[in-house]
Amino acid sequence: MKSFLPVAVAIVVLGLLQVLSGGSAYFVYLAMLVGVNVVLAVSLNIINGLTGQFSIGHAGFMAVGAYLSAVTSLAMKDFQLSFLPEAVSNQVFFVVSLAAGGVAAGLFGFLVGLPSLRLKGDYLAIVTLGFGEIILVAVRNTPSLGGALGLPGMPQYTTVFSVWFVVFLVVLLARRLLFSPHGRSLAAIREDEVAAEAMGVDTTSYKVRAFVVSSFFAGVAGGLFAHFQSIITPGDSFSFVKSMEVVVMVVAGGLGSTTGAVVAAVVLTLLPEGMRSLFNLLGGDSDSLSIDQLRKPIFGLLLVIIMLTRPQGIFGTHEAWDWLRKKKEPAT
Amino acid sequence: MPETRLGERAPREVLLDVKDLKVSYGAITALKGVTLSVGKGEIVALIGANGAGKTSTLRAVSGMLKPAAGDITLKGERVAGLKAHQLVPRGLAHAPEGRGIFPNLTVLENLELGAYLRRDKPGIAADLKRCFGLFPILEQRQAQPAGTLSGGEQQMLAISRALMSKPKLLLLDEPSLGLAPQVTQTIFRILREVNGEGVSILLVEQNAHLALELAHWAYVLETGELGMEGTGKALLASEEIRKAYLGE
Repeated sequence: MKSFLPVAVAIVVLGLLQVLSGGSAYFVYLAMLVGVNVVLAVSLNIINGLTGQFSIGHAGFMAVGAYLSAVTSLAMKDFQLSFLPEAVSNQVFFVVSLAAGGVAAGLFGFLVGLPSLRLKGDYLAIVTLGFGEIILVAVRNTPSLGGALGLPGMPQYTTVFSVWFVVFLVVLLARRLLFSPHGRSLAAIREDEVAAEAMGVDTTSYKVRAFVVSSFFAGVAGGLFAHFQSIITPGDSFSFVKSMEVVVMVVAGGLGSTTGAVVAAVVLTLLPEGMRSLFNLLGGDSDSLSIDQLRKPIFGLLLVIIMLTRPQGIFGTHEAWDWLRKKKEPAT
Repeated sequence: MPETRLGERAPREVLLDVKDLKVSYGAITALKGVTLSVGKGEIVALIGANGAGKTSTLRAVSGMLKPAAGDITLKGERVAGLKAHQLVPRGLAHAPEGRGIFPNLTVLENLELGAYLRRDKPGIAADLKRCFGLFPILEQRQAQPAGTLSGGEQQMLAISRALMSKPKLLLLDEPSLGLAPQVTQTIFRILREVNGEGVSILLVEQNAHLALELAHWAYVLETGELGMEGTGKALLASEEIRKAYLGE
């Protein structure tokens, strides 16, 4: 019973958020974009932070999920479950397509992970980088996926509720993982792989599992993304740049900290938007390129400053809930 | 190389039996055929110069390296080619070279990971108590991240962590590495104590003097092959060993 409570609370809160945010299209768009990035960052943190492996191909898994869920829902677009109202039926199809995207990405995670997780550090990074590029090239050259022009016409199923419900799920999973024997095994691998092996941790198997779970959520994030963009293209949204963006979020938030990844994903997604508004306020209109172009160097500079002053990231390896718990302890 | 044998080995039931073990890293052969055994309740030392293959032998025995050829038998069961996570439940624990503690986890978490494959909670608690009895400093520091311990304390932690899996055979790789002589003495004294409780030990050590003093039986490894073997005392007394390994 206790374990259902957070789920119930999340549904109510997110439902309210959904109703309240109905008015502003811009807010809804931002909320969904932020949510997708949070899912990506938290799931990448399972590999890069908790397990200590270095993957820089997360956008590749996101692309797999995006394209597969897009194809799935395009195929089901003209159907409706006759016993359900249209909106509900659409949401059922949406969940099916998200699951398909997630499972496909998880499968790719398994296929990439099994041979390559014997590699360490830089070598693994190169393999994951290569994987991301292969996916993009494959998509560009597959006419049924729209090729380089992109795949248009996805129904806009994604809502603030669905995005943030997935955020809730991935954070819950990461938190449960942390306090479970599985999490201990991953931490041991991160700390010292040889010693972990000597303790009897089946290191390869645990690394592959972490990879699969992480890719699954990247795939779901891709599916969510595909269903609020009206078109997905094999360009910037799934490129190496995107992968690096997620890596930056995880590192800036603090490798190994789930709440750090959440905060960093929110801040780093909103920062460029915030700066745009700020420049507008300062008198530069958004058409004047010279001022708008300043945003990127400033963004980069901020990252450099974070890394120089807090190389362990904003949260280090700590979690927001550790802090809450510590505050509670003296009282009891 | 003609193998010399010094002294009489006390007859014991065989726990670990390694026959003609060969290991290679790519084209480089590290072990050209090593045969050794560890009896129940015995301390066996493996000494030799850098690159002789001491660590490779241990790693092959504990399943962290796949041997190219040869037989390994543990308690009568053939175990060559099994992985580490399959050997730990069979009573084999390996404290790897360079200590290999988990620096950002607390001392207690490190010890709990040592009991990773065990499910008997009362037994784990009892063994934790025993480790704290052997190394009281670890009890004081149990909530501290292991990376903040001194080198000696880290080595104590590495040994305790290996003991937490309740091994029949403990493989130790260079427990004296980088430690002050006094700390090394403490650790070796406790190893004797652990052995007194019935744990067999296979010890790899550069500090030949210490290792031979502790060991019931010892093997001398020279570039992937066994040179001599004998009781610790007999090897300590041997002219050849004194010249080559004890710098006299």
